[in-house]
Amino acid sequence: MTATQSDLDRNLIIKEETIPGGAYWSSAIRRGTTLRIIAPEGSRGVACLCYNADNSIERFNAADTAKIQFSAFLKKGMVIYSDMGRVLFSITEDTCGCHDMLGGCSNLASNAKYGEGDFRNSRDNFSLALTKRNLGKQDIMPNLNLFTRVTVEPNGNLVWAEKTAQSGDFIDLRAEMNVLIVLSNCPHPLDPNPVYDPKPIQAIAWNSPEPTEHDLCRTANPQVIRGFQNTDAVFI
Amino acid sequence: MTMTTTATLDPKLAIYDRVLSARKPWSRVIEKGQTLRIVDLGGNQAVDFLVYNADDRIDRYSAPDTIRAQGNIFITTGTKLYSNNGNVMMTVTHDTCGRHDTSGGACSCESNSVRFGLDKKWQHACVENFLYALKDHGMGKRDMTSNINFFMNVPVSQDGTLEIVDGISDPGSIVDLRAEINALVVISNCPQMNNPCNGYDPTPIQLIIWDEV
Repeated sequence: MTATQSDLDRNLIIKEETIPGGAYWSSAIRRGTTLRIIAPEGSRGVACLCYNADNSIERFNAADTAKIQFSAFLKKGMVIYSDMGRVLFSITEDTCGCHDMLGGCSNLASNAKYGEGDFRNSRDNFSLALTKRNLGKQDIMPNLNLFTRVTVEPNGNLVWAEKTAQSGDFIDLRAEMNVLIVLSNCPHPLDPNPVYDPKPIQAIAWNSPEPTEHDLCRTANPQVIRGFQNTDAVFI
Repeated sequence: MTMTTTATLDPKLAIYDRVLSARKPWSRVIEKGQTLRIVDLGGNQAVDFLVYNADDRIDRYSAPDTIRAQGNIFITTGTKLYSNNGNVMMTVTHDTCGRHDTSGGACSCESNSVRFGLDKKWQHACVENFLYALKDHGMGKRDMTSNINFFMNVPVSQDGTLEIVDGISDPGSIVDLRAEINALVVISNCPQMNNPCNGYDPTPIQLIIWDEV
């Protein structure tokens, strides 16, 4: 058991699962529940998509999430927006500090650097995970990359920054509606490491406390206050 | 990365030439080999742009694949627009503006309500235009994806700070796109009134098409 896991009272844990390197995983996370994603051995990227579990036509929108919060990268205190002006997840804890929304997901072409072999990629993983839920390629929007940092240089060049999740890093995502999340545990497509060696990650759904009136994510800026007004209105 | 080139296409030889009014949608199949020119007539007018493989519409523009292919977040001369399946859809053959955005996405009634005030959700928005245009092709919201914003200025700093700021597009700025496949192009002439992307005054654009030269 890692230090981060032991921080969680076992009685709060609803379910937990270890996701091997290269695998995909999807789950519905009920509003008010928090999903902790841990990288016990570090991580060079976990690709993530999410949807309104009650109506999957509403989905994660990277561009809206970036421009509403004036940031192409995500960290603690920020939220993940849908394309309907509502909040899917709040980032209530985050020991890594940077999650990318520009780099997209790995595919057969970006995996060519690994040479011959059976190396799973996030694009195909997303397709498989979504097909099992009667969704498909039309539902693969630009994704979020957990645990990785990229840098935009002054001329617009997008480069890999060697600053990835270390052993035990984790992120807490508090569901603000009923969320369908899809994770693909494959390296970020810009990761230059020629050795394909994604480490296992843990996904733990746990009963997190009710947000207070001073909740960081719900009060961070005027925009998010309105985002939560839109979100909470669905559940009145 | 930023560069501009000189126009060589003669407007008198165009097969299509029209002005698209401010705030309006537009769509058309640009056949393989044809060139589409978008002219920012008044300057600083964001043109939201999506493209689909007309022969397989699941194959569609992908902002991250386009960014990764060139290692740069801006669109300019030489940029190849990639699809989600890794196919080159169009090539930017000429650009007098210098750089265009593909990180900021489209404005929507819903995101406007969050960004600018709940009452702003009644204003017209690019997603409305996109959906209006897509329905004529039997397509819908599932077909929406992250778009290009021609003539829109969205710098991203090294720490990730991203903001839509004053434009760098002069009146008469041009971008030319050569179709590398039969390309269904869908455009929203952006109606946004709440930030500088249209200089707070949406204006018409001109759309010109040439056959393969």
